[in-house]
Formats: sequence, structure tokens, C-alpha cells
Amino acid sequence: MTDITAGGVSAPLRRVEFDTPAAKARLRGRYRSEARFKSYGIIALCIAATFLIALLASIFSRGIPGFFQHYLVTEVLVDAAKIDPQGKGDAATLRAGDYTAVARAALAEAVPGVEGRQMKKELNSLLSSGAGDALREQVIANPSLVGQRIKVPLLLADEADLFLKDSGTKLLVLSETRGIATPSAKTGEITILVGANDFADDIAVVKAELKALAASIDETVALRKERGATPESLDSLVKEAVELRRRYDAAATSETLDSKTASRLVAINGGIVKIKEMSPTSVKGEVILPLKSTDDAAPGTWGIRVYETPESNRNLNDLGVTFLEELKAKGLVESQFNFAFFTRGDSREAELAGIQGALVGSILTLLVTIGLCLPIGVLAAIYLEEFAPKNWITELIEININNLAAVPSIVFGLLGLAVFLNFFGMPRSAPLVGGLVLALLVLPTIIIASRAALKSVPPSIREAALGVGASKQQAVFHHVLPLAMPGIMTGTIIGMAHALGETAPLLMIGMVAFIVDVPSTLSQSATVLPVQIFLWSDLPEPAFKMKTAAAIMVLLAVLFVMNGLAIWLRKKFERRW
Amino acid sequence: MAGWYALVVVALMLAGFALARGRAQSIAGGDYAGMHSLPSYHGLYTASLAFIPALLTFLIGSQIAGYLATHSAVSALPNDIQSDILRQGAALREVVNIVRGGPVGSASAEIQSAAASYSSTLFAAQWITLASGVFIGLAGLSWGLSRISMNFRARNSFEKMVYVLLWICATIAVLTTIGIVFSVVGETYRFFFDPAIKGKPTVGEFLFGTDWNPQAAMRADQGEINTAYGFLPLLVGTLLITVIAILVAGPLGLFSAIYLAEYASPGVRAVAKPILEILAGIPTVVLGFFAALTVAPYVRGWGEAFGLNVASESALAAGLVMGMMIIPFISSLSDDVINAVPQSLRDGAYAMGATKSETIRQVILPAALPGIVSAFMLAISRAIGETMIVVMAAGLAANLTFNPLDAVTTITVQIKTILVGDQEFDSAKTLAAFALGFVLFFVTLVLNFIALKVVQKYREQYD
Amino acid sequence: MDMRPDPLVMMTTQAPTHATLSAPTKVAAKNVNVFYGAKQALTNVSVEIPEKSVTAFIGPSGCGKSTFLRCINRMNDTVDSCRVEGLIQIDGKDIYDPALDPVQLRARVGMVFQKPNPFPKSVYDNVAYGPRIHGLSRSKAELDQIVEQSLRKASLWEEVKDRLSDSGTGLSGGQQQRLCIARTIAINPEIILMDEPCSALDPIATARIEELMEELRKNFTMIIVTHSMQQAARVSQRTAFFHLGILVETGSTSDIFTNPVDKRTQDYITGRFG
Repeated sequence: MTDITAGGVSAPLRRVEFDTPAAKARLRGRYRSEARFKSYGIIALCIAATFLIALLASIFSRGIPGFFQHYLVTEVLVDAAKIDPQGKGDAATLRAGDYTAVARAALAEAVPGVEGRQMKKELNSLLSSGAGDALREQVIANPSLVGQRIKVPLLLADEADLFLKDSGTKLLVLSETRGIATPSAKTGEITILVGANDFADDIAVVKAELKALAASIDETVALRKERGATPESLDSLVKEAVELRRRYDAAATSETLDSKTASRLVAINGGIVKIKEMSPTSVKGEVILPLKSTDDAAPGTWGIRVYETPESNRNLNDLGVTFLEELKAKGLVESQFNFAFFTRGDSREAELAGIQGALVGSILTLLVTIGLCLPIGVLAAIYLEEFAPKNWITELIEININNLAAVPSIVFGLLGLAVFLNFFGMPRSAPLVGGLVLALLVLPTIIIASRAALKSVPPSIREAALGVGASKQQAVFHHVLPLAMPGIMTGTIIGMAHALGETAPLLMIGMVAFIVDVPSTLSQSATVLPVQIFLWSDLPEPAFKMKTAAAIMVLLAVLFVMNGLAIWLRKKFERRW
Repeated sequence: MAGWYALVVVALMLAGFALARGRAQSIAGGDYAGMHSLPSYHGLYTASLAFIPALLTFLIGSQIAGYLATHSAVSALPNDIQSDILRQGAALREVVNIVRGGPVGSASAEIQSAAASYSSTLFAAQWITLASGVFIGLAGLSWGLSRISMNFRARNSFEKMVYVLLWICATIAVLTTIGIVFSVVGETYRFFFDPAIKGKPTVGEFLFGTDWNPQAAMRADQGEINTAYGFLPLLVGTLLITVIAILVAGPLGLFSAIYLAEYASPGVRAVAKPILEILAGIPTVVLGFFAALTVAPYVRGWGEAFGLNVASESALAAGLVMGMMIIPFISSLSDDVINAVPQSLRDGAYAMGATKSETIRQVILPAALPGIVSAFMLAISRAIGETMIVVMAAGLAANLTFNPLDAVTTITVQIKTILVGDQEFDSAKTLAAFALGFVLFFVTLVLNFIALKVVQKYREQYD
Repeated sequence: MDMRPDPLVMMTTQAPTHATLSAPTKVAAKNVNVFYGAKQALTNVSVEIPEKSVTAFIGPSGCGKSTFLRCINRMNDTVDSCRVEGLIQIDGKDIYDPALDPVQLRARVGMVFQKPNPFPKSVYDNVAYGPRIHGLSRSKAELDQIVEQSLRKASLWEEVKDRLSDSGTGLSGGQQQRLCIARTIAINPEIILMDEPCSALDPIATARIEELMEELRKNFTMIIVTHSMQQAARVSQRTAFFHLGILVETGSTSDIFTNPVDKRTQDYITGRFG
């Protein structure tokens, strides 16, 4: 032990000190860094949780209103003249009837006195083009309804629906006491005279709006300049701001209201007049809802309504808002759960679009997928785990499977396009091809999960079976496979959940077509839920954004159920050997 | 026709099983112990001999029938259509459409006569296939029946067939890879070297070009002038988004994994694990929607609050959400490798008086480093190949920029943009998508291969 | 610190002790009970361990000797389900005092494990690890000196001095174990716990470690858990026999092996069980 003697010559090793102030400070420092390090982990988890919550909150807040729809619920005269003029009463005639006209007649009855082509068109545009569909089904089911008055819900158009879901405009009722007002007529373009300078304040407010508008245009111009926009492209904006300033600076004698400022309407004598021009002592405007009389209106019986969002920034114009407010005041508008969302195919009209086509497409596609990849995956796993000899071919297969599991999904789409569509000439957009591509995509997942399940069955089971004279295959198929089945099913469900959410490869094989019909065979054109989500999310209408979020909620719910099932299976059949 | 095929196959299978089992039972005369294989194995064996040849006949026959029908339709077409590949393809699509029961409508007389010859040929060929399938199936069945005896090893023979089936299933993964390689490599080769393709770039132009503008290639009148297939902007865009994603997900995923593996109480784990699992299970199309509708405007708003010029489809928004997607990926892989570090190393460090964080930073992480590196590589490969988030939240403009606030485009976005909708299979534009797919496949394959090897080595070290 | 005599201590049956302790007591345990979850692993263990000597814990597997060893530097704290009751003192101070920091304790009570567990770092970094985290060196030269000295004390210096930057995991099993001992010595603990340090080693490597223990006991209080009675007889001055979670008997090694008091001890050392 010369080593130790040699070591002993030098100074003895120092002992760790803890009682000196320096050592105490050092220890405190070490514990501070410990706490800091631990907090990083908590912060990271919290951020991940925040992401998830933000995602779900964003989807849910948009999606939940998407499950509801506003209807005009009113008495409808099922007019025989419009539906069955010849009185045939057979289903074909009833199906061909003009139910839109019936619905429009009911609407006109609900908002009486609307005159003029333009106004009627605006009123009718509140109803969905499919407003009569439900009524049609009802009448076909019960032909005796023809000629009767029945109360049915009529679907409203998406703009009206969105307005009612509170993404429209703020409504202000100004009812501070004003003088006596005298309308010049009951309909058409009219002038309302007031005694004192009743509108002076309103004009000041409008001018302030003009000034604010000009200022915001200036800001936009400055920002665009900074981004390198050419002066020519900004010319019209600059001119607009100059014009707005001129109006602001002009004397307060009269002011024209246009779609850039808040809309102002006078509610007088039971009618509503949209103001077009305003002076301190009078307003000129167009009657939207006819007045009952041209009598003088006493102070307090008339007032001004303001729709704060300028008309040009709204999807629903002043006429539409006025009509809707009128319907709402009469209690004819109702929000109902939108069952049709689950029973309709896609549509260009947001209020008519549903996910049934996509759901059925998803189911057909997944049926193909599971029909292919469950048997193939399980058999492949059995081969690799139980029978494969240790040689380079087996190793190649194993490396292949592991690598395939990490190949981007879009590459599988390229495979489907080049091989299934172009080489084998299979039909485009079909659930059959979609299912094939997804089967190849999730096959590695299922093989890996099945192998793990087979591996977890202890060798003693195999030995026991072989010991009573079973062949190797009998041992595997009679004893090992049944014991591994829960694990295999768990892996399969997770793989199917993955396939259900997959989008990119299906885009490649053309499952992006606009398809109204619900598919019924494997070779028909179809789309699937995630692709439907993608298609809707691309559409400009705000109502479709709502539908998109609602469809996402359905997709997430299905995935949640599938994963829950997998966890339940795992828990129920979990076995410790 | 497929229905007839299926019916014949099932009938052969059932008949083969029932006949052979009955025969085996009568031969054995109740003495099953003296027989080598049970009667049901004789049944299975003969059933397989009956239906497998029939099935193969139908599979091959239906392909031949389709080919013959197409051939007869083409020869029925006028010569000028026959000679032009594009017009021939369009005419054939029309023919198939008519045969499948689509509207005859405005189809020309030539097309209609081609359709008639197509359907008659198809009809004849399919019936011949059906007849020969039945014949071959019955032949197999009778051969199987003739082999039944007390000593015939039906079980062993049947198990051999099952073994072959198992092997075939296992090789499907290899076939898939071959299929991928076949589809991307073939088209990529044509993209660069097929003289019939107009407006294609050289390999050098593709790899080092700084302009990407495949849309111009669509318009014949503009010809080759505006066509540009410079891959660099796509590469830079893809890498930019990937880097942002990894910057987000790397620390978050790693620290989550460390906390879960080393610090978290069972209660915290019971809450945190499902959160990460739910995050992992969210389809990318949903994340894309979230990125485009919520995150992008938010990023833009923030940027503008600081006086920055943020594009509405900024790389930052797409990268952030992509990072969100990758967090659970990195955390679960890292969790695995951290847990694989043997307890004895932790004990060693604790016994030296190390605190928990010192043990993790100085002993566990260095030991787990190879595994963590490969987790990151797999995450990078996942980010490069991700499609929907970037399709929905990143732009189409192929800007060559490193500014995360600008709009960039990625390889996957371009593949999707080119290939969705109608495409002509012989244009440089379509083939370009396959060239991009080739790059994508190659890059991710290399990343995955290295990462998986490293992980394998690492596992062996501590097993 | 609670120094009141525990009434339970008086009532429990003290394991028979042969000779009075010659050296001052370094570690004293009174009525230690250890539980893993609901399962009790140690029952009423009371023992005194003298300074600068080797004490061996022997007994059949699962008797709790390793569990007790891990109580002395509070390694059991890292096992969630483990609960320790009773009093363990080092130099008269309760080591389970909430005010006492396990990090401090472990710097004073080093441990060598059954399987050599060098960190996946260089030989140098393995030895320098303790001094670094505890701030024992002020300069690189000083650290070099500590490393060299520790390796010499672990009689490993001559074998590794030319490959200090090689990975510690590349050494042979016996070298790895001596590296772990050097790593422990580098922070100069007062007590070194050894948990079957030779069970993974071949006889030659075992002999070297045993020689090393003989040298080390001049400076350190050593406690060794061993399966091998021969090893206990060779290296230790005192021996404690554990059986089924109970400390059956403790005394000088020669007494235990030649003249055990308890029937179970006698049965064990004569090979009736274990």
C-alpha cells in the first residue's frame, strides 16, 4: 500500500464544513438553485396546460353557439295555391311545392307594411334559402296540413342568426325628452320637423364620429407607408380623410348620414324612419316600417335609435337589423338546438351545412382502415414476436416498421396518389382509397402496440401449452393471442383515433371535394370530418367559422370517447404477471 | 362483379372445409387419436387449397380484364385521339364515367362507341375470370380431398400456409416503404431528367435557386420565363418554423419531463400526464384552426403593440402552435429516457450529498443525453413533416427570409397546394411536388434512422 | 434536538452485547423502526458503533441490514413509501432532526454501493464531483491534488493516472468500485457506509477492496453490509447480526463468530440457514 503512504505525505483532505458563514451561504445558494430548477418544471407544465386551456376555450367559445340556430317561429299558412294548386295530394307534388314562398308569406305577415321591391328583398333575405325544408318534410308526412295554419320554426339566414348571436351591433335608444315632432307622411321618403334645436346634439356626435374616422384613416395611411406602400395606392384613403375633415369643419346646419358612421333611426308613431339627412330642426329619411299616422308626436313618445356599428362594417344592413329587432320585439324569434347539423350534408349556406356526410365518410374510411390494418398488424406482430428467425431480413423489417412510424403523413398521401390512384386507377376521393392510405399510416403503430402486448405475456404460458403437446402455432393462437388481446385492442383504438384525426394524406387523394350527398358506398366520393373542418375553416363567412369550431367539438368528443375507451380497456384488463 | 367473386370464394372455402372434415371423420371412424391431424385441420387445409387459388385468379383476372377493356376502348377511339396522350386520358375518363353509370349526356359518338367496346370486353373478360376461378378452386378442392388419410399431416401443411401468411403480413411494411420510394423517386427522376417535361429545372437550380414560383408554369403562354423551382425559400421557411417550434417545445417539453420523472407527486402526475396526452391527441387540423384564428391575430396584435410589422400569416404563429404540438412528443420521449437512467446513478449522487437538481443536471441529464438528443431529432422530423398547421397558418408566399414575423411557406404547404385540386400528371409543377416529397421523405428518414439507432444503443447500455 | 431519554428505550430488550466498547461511540441507534408502506422492515433496532473501526452487518437476505445502513445517511428519504421512526445519532446529534439537512449529512456520511456506479463522466470528474458541489477546492491545482490524493487512498492512482480523462464507466468492475470509493473519500467523510461492496466483484478485486478497508479504518468509521461471513470475519472488528428485521446480536467479531449468545446467530454462522 505504497499509494497511501505516498498520499499521507501531503496535507490531509479537507473536510466539508457547514458551520462557517461562507459554507452556510453556499448551501443556501445551492438550495435556491434547487428551488429555481424545480420551478422551471412547474412553469413548463403550467404553460403546456395554459396552451391546452387556451385552445379548448377558443374552440368552445366559438363552437357552442354553432350548435344553436335561430328560427322564426310563427303561424304559417300552408297555402294550397303555392304547394298543391291542382289538389293532387300525392308525395311528388307535395315535394315540388314552393315552400319558400309559404315561408316568405309568413314573414311578410309577421312584419306588415313593408313596401317596395328592395325592402321586400331585404326582408326575405332574413330567411334561409332552406327555410321551407322542415315544413316540406312535415307536409309530406302529413298531407292534411295543406290549407291549414300551423306554427312551425322557419330557419333564419346565417347573417341574421349571427346578428342575433350578439356579433351584430350595439343598439342604443336615445329617449331624453325632445320637443314635438311632426312627420310629413306615413311611408316613403319623409321629413320630420321638430320645434326646438332638438337634433343639434346629435349632429355634434356625428361630427365627432367623422373626426375619429378621419384620424383612424390617417393612422392606416401612416402604417401602410411605413410598410412601403406606394403613395398612389393610398391616394383614395387620403382623399377620404380630407373629405371627412371637410365635413367635420363645415357649419352645423345639416349633416348627411352614410354607411361609414353609426346609423340613426327615428321611432315615431309606431313606425321607424332611417335618417339620411339631419339638421338641428328637422330630419329627412326613409320609412322602413310604416307610421300609423302623421299626427304630431308628443315629447317622450318618440325617440332616436342608434345602431353603433357603421353599416359598412356589418353583415346585416339597417333594414335587416330593423326587421329583426321588430321580429324580436314581437317574440317570434327563437334559438333552438340545431339537430340538422348532424343530419345534413355540406352546403354553401352556413345555416344549412351539416356534418353527416363527413361523419359517414369518416366511418366508412375507418371501417376500411380497421378491416385492413387490424388483421395485418396483428399477424405481422405475431410473426415478428413469435416466429421470426433472427436474420437480416427480420432486422430489415423491424427497422422498416420503426422508421415508417415516423414518416410524415403527407408522404403517405403521395404514395396513395401515385400508387393507388394513378397506378391502380382507383377512384379519387373514395373512402376505399382513404382507408387504404390510413391503414398503411397506422399499421406501424398497431404492429408496435401488438408486439408490446405479445411480449408482455410471460413465456411460461407458451411453455405450458407446448408442454401439453400443442404446436407452436396452437400455443400462440390458443393461449398467447387471447391474453394479449386487450393490449392489442388498446393499441388499435389509439391507432384509429390517430387515423380519425388525420387530414393531410386525404387531401392528396382528393377527399377535399365539395360533397353535399351523404356517401353510402366505399367507392363514392366522400369527405371526412377533419377534412370538412379544413374546408369550412377556409371559407370567409363568419358563420362557417362557428360551424368549424362546432365540428371540431364533435371530432374532439369522438376522440375523447375513443381514448377513454382505450384507457378503460387498459385499466380493466391490466394484468401483472 | 366483386360480389360474385366474393360469393365464389366464400362458397369454395365453406365447401372445402365441410367436405374435407366430413371425409376425414369418416376415414377416422371415431379413432381421432390414431389420426395424425384432427378432422378440422383437414378441413382448414382443403378449404385453403380451394379458395386461395380462386382468390388469386380473381385478383389477377380482374386486373387483366380492366387492362383488356381499356385497350379495346383505346383502339375504338379515332387515331388523332389515340396519338395524343392527354386527350386519350381525358377520353378514357369519360368512357369509364359512362360505363360506371354516369350521364351519357353530351358524349360524342366516338366516345360512346368506345364505351360500348369497353363494357363488352370487360363483361367477357370478367366472366372468363369468374369461370376459371371456379374451375381452379374446384381443382384445388378435389386435390385437397384426395390427400386426406390417417397419416396425412394436414396440421403441419396448414400451419406452413399460416406461416407464409404471417410472413406476408410482416413484409407489408417493407412493401409500403418500397411503394413510397417508387412513387417519389420515379416522379422525381422524371422531374429532373424526363425530356418531355417542359420548364423543369436542373438539380442545381432546384437545390440552390432562391425563387419558387410553380404557379407561373401553369400558363402555357408565359412558358418557361416565369417558372422558378428554387427550393431554398421553402427550406428556409420550413427550418424557420421548425426552429421556432423547437425553441418553444424543447425547454417546455424537457422541463415537463424532468419534473414529471423526478419531482412530481403521484397526484400531480395524475393531472399533468392526461393534460399532455390530450395535447398529443389533438388533431393537427384543430391546431391549425387555432393557429390561424386565435394565435396569429394575437401575435399580430402584440407585435403591433410594440410597433413591429407582423404579417398576418407569420412564421411565429405557426411555429408557436407547432411547438405546442411537439411539447407532449418531447416530454414523453424524454420521460422514457430519464426513467431508463438506472437508480444506482441517482443513489451515487445523493450519497455524495448532491441536491436533487444537482443530481439531475450533473448526472442524470448527461447520462440521458443521447436519448434526449434523439427525442429532439424525432421532434424535428415531426415538425418538418407536419402539414395542416402550416397549411392553415403559414402563408403561400415563398419569401427567403429569416424574420419570424414575416410570412414564409414550407415544403409541405407547397406539396399540398400543388397537388390539391386537378392536376396534370405530366407537368413540371405536379412533378415538383413529388420532388419536394422526396426531399421530405429523405430528410425525415435520415433523422429518424439516426435517432432510432442512438436510442437503441442507449437502451442497450442500461439494460 | 430531543435528548430526553425515551421511555420505550428502557423497556425494549437490548440485544446482548459482549464486550464494552473500547473506542468512543460514533453512531448510536435507539429503537429504530422502518416501514415500507404498511410493511415493517426493521423492528426496534438499537446499536452503538465505535469510531475508526469496521463494523459488519451480517444476516440472511431481506433481514433489513441494508435498510438500516441506508438509514444512517438518510438515503431512505429518496424512497417515497419509506418511513423511519426512532432515534439515530451521530456524535450525539439526531440525524433525523428536521433542522438537519440531508445534503449536509451525506457529505459527512459517504456511501459505496453494491454495484459500482461511476457517473458517466471522466475518472477525474467522478472524483472531483463531491469537492465541486461542496466547494472544497479554491483552485484547479487544489482540486487536482484532492483527486490525486483520493485516488491514491483508494489505491487506484497508479492504474488510472494516465487516463484520468477516460470515462469512468470504461474501467473494470473492481476499478470502478475503487473509483467509487475514491469519489467518496474525496470529500473526506467521517463515516463510510458500504453496501455489499464486493458482491459484484471477482475474488482478486475483492481482496484489494478488503485491503483498502483495512487501511481506511485508520481515518474513517466504516460500516459494511456483507453476505459473506468470511469477509465479515476478515475485515471487521465488530459484527451485528440481523434476522427478520430484528438486530439479534452485536459484539466484537471474534466473539460473534466463536461464541454467539443467541441460538439464531449460532445457527446462521454454522450454516443452518441463510
